[in-house]
Amino acid sequence: MSSASPSATRTSTASPPADQPAASFPQPSRRRRLRRRVVASWQLYLLAAPALIFFLIFNYVPMYGVQIAFKDFIASKGIAGSPWTGFENFERFFGSFYFWRLLKNTLVLSVYQMLLFPLPIILALALNELKSRFFKRFTQTLTYAPHFVSTVVVVGMLFAFLDPNTGLLNHLLGLVGLDPIQFMQDPAWFRHLYVWSGVWQSLGWSTIIYLAALAGVNPELHQAAEVDGANRLQRIRHVNIPAIMPTVVILFILDFGSFMSVGFEKVLLMTNTLNAETADVIQTFVYETGLIQGQYSYAAAVGLFDSVINIILLITVNQLARKFSENSLW
Amino acid sequence: MNTTTKLRPGGTASDDSLNGSPVEHRAVGSRDDAWFDRFNVLFVLFVVLVIGYPLWFVVIASISDPHAVETGKVWLWPVDVTLDGYRRVFGQAAIWIGYRNSIVYTLVGVAVHLGLILPCAYALSRKHMAGRTGVTWYILFTMLFSGGIIPTYLLIKDLALLDTMWAVILPGAAGAWSILVARAFFTQTVPEEIGEAAKVDGANDVQTFFRIALPLSAPIIVTLALFHGVGLWNEYFKALIYLSDRDKFPLQLILRELLVVSEDPSVGGGGGGDAGSIVEQVRLASLIKYAVMIVASLPLLIIYPFLQRFFTQGVLIGSVKG
Repeated sequence: MSSASPSATRTSTASPPADQPAASFPQPSRRRRLRRRVVASWQLYLLAAPALIFFLIFNYVPMYGVQIAFKDFIASKGIAGSPWTGFENFERFFGSFYFWRLLKNTLVLSVYQMLLFPLPIILALALNELKSRFFKRFTQTLTYAPHFVSTVVVVGMLFAFLDPNTGLLNHLLGLVGLDPIQFMQDPAWFRHLYVWSGVWQSLGWSTIIYLAALAGVNPELHQAAEVDGANRLQRIRHVNIPAIMPTVVILFILDFGSFMSVGFEKVLLMTNTLNAETADVIQTFVYETGLIQGQYSYAAAVGLFDSVINIILLITVNQLARKFSENSLW
Repeated sequence: MNTTTKLRPGGTASDDSLNGSPVEHRAVGSRDDAWFDRFNVLFVLFVVLVIGYPLWFVVIASISDPHAVETGKVWLWPVDVTLDGYRRVFGQAAIWIGYRNSIVYTLVGVAVHLGLILPCAYALSRKHMAGRTGVTWYILFTMLFSGGIIPTYLLIKDLALLDTMWAVILPGAAGAWSILVARAFFTQTVPEEIGEAAKVDGANDVQTFFRIALPLSAPIIVTLALFHGVGLWNEYFKALIYLSDRDKFPLQLILRELLVVSEDPSVGGGGGGDAGSIVEQVRLASLIKYAVMIVASLPLLIIYPFLQRFFTQGVLIGSVKG
């Protein structure tokens, strides 16, 4: 990947070995040559066609449909025929009383999640130091398991364990003489429950990449460090951590790709009228206003706002990473 | 595949260097290291307990007397063992229908996924595909930007796919990530020269794909099928927004009613149902919730340890090449 701008598409289409646009070469003939070679590889295009058409219909048509964010969508007139309204939908959203609440809830949830980014790295480093191979494999298999449990079941477990009358945790609180807590209804608990149940689900799975990076560390580095008298902690600090740093940076950037969309399918399952104060995020709002209330244009505008922020974040973080660490997505 | 086998976790390169080290330890260092090991094992044990206990609890609660579970008598071992919960689960027609639907959606969905991904990834892995960089960007762009929920919903509506299984299967049936992973696989497994040799023998690109590339692709087929299959099996949101006919509901949507909606009628906003049926559901849910969690998760929890290799491979190729 070299650069993300649309111009990249143009230069690269013309590429394979073709040396950079020699000024003397007139454009049309290059284009015609390319066309000839594309025709020559028509069989490969035949193989690719189903997927390319699929992307056109299921990815690019909705991108075209995003224009309803700037329109007053009327079903009978269709996407193209509905009247333009400019930025009206956006102004309505930015001016609404819930705008700041939605934005804050979304950001706090994402930042909270991001702060726990080091946890799988720590677990991977610890697993890597285990001497018993059996114990290591057992731990891996066990900690991967929650990854395969569906979101619905995980939220179902939360409801079951945290029920104020019948739940395991409230029985435990009862034993130490504390009053039961309405975990799932209390806005103060929502974020912790959301984030830590996510940790439970993904901690083990996220170690896979780091363990692979650690397995690739050159053993000679460890021997050299040992000769220099470094103990285990020092070797982790000065050999293992630097070795997996590139992986860490890339995964960290990738995390920003979904920063604003948080795991909203899970949020939706956990939201109720009582905890909405902290649980309402932008994407659940899009779902509510768009699909439940049928305000398509307004919801599309809110959704578009969300994805634009997402792209800006991803690009910014990638630029920062490129500047400061030499590791970046593109 | 070479890079991935080399990278597979469980590789012991660093372990060996730590154990069989020829270097004499200084006394202080080795005492430090012994403490480090003890602490490290304790830490990992702690993680194992925290992650394992909820799973264990669901298992023992599913075979215990529901009353004992609700009054907090079940902690470490099942109490008053009974299979009543499971009997009730399997007595629910809705769960059988959901199970059947989920199996159908998963199998058909995986087939569509493979049918779209494999040929396209193979084509993109061939150097003689003119303009393939442009095509790759066409695909990559879908990773960066998407229309979002509402335009996608309108599309499904316009295509008259609402309330059909295709609404669950088609959106997301092909993804840029899968194509990149499969392309990396073909680049390594079917070198350009093999294709050229086939061409000398009179085979065209399409024939080469079906006769040479496809028979070599078992590992990538398993990897893609598992990732996509797990996603489809656990999916509830698409079914929630696109399906309204209960006979088409996949298992996860039935579970949502039993495990989530019954706990709080206001949850999710969507599901209808009169008050009477909700009371009925709450009563039923308290009897079967743990059994139903097991029944829904067991297929995946049973198969994944055997196929762990393919899952880790998928994560790794995806990360190395992505």
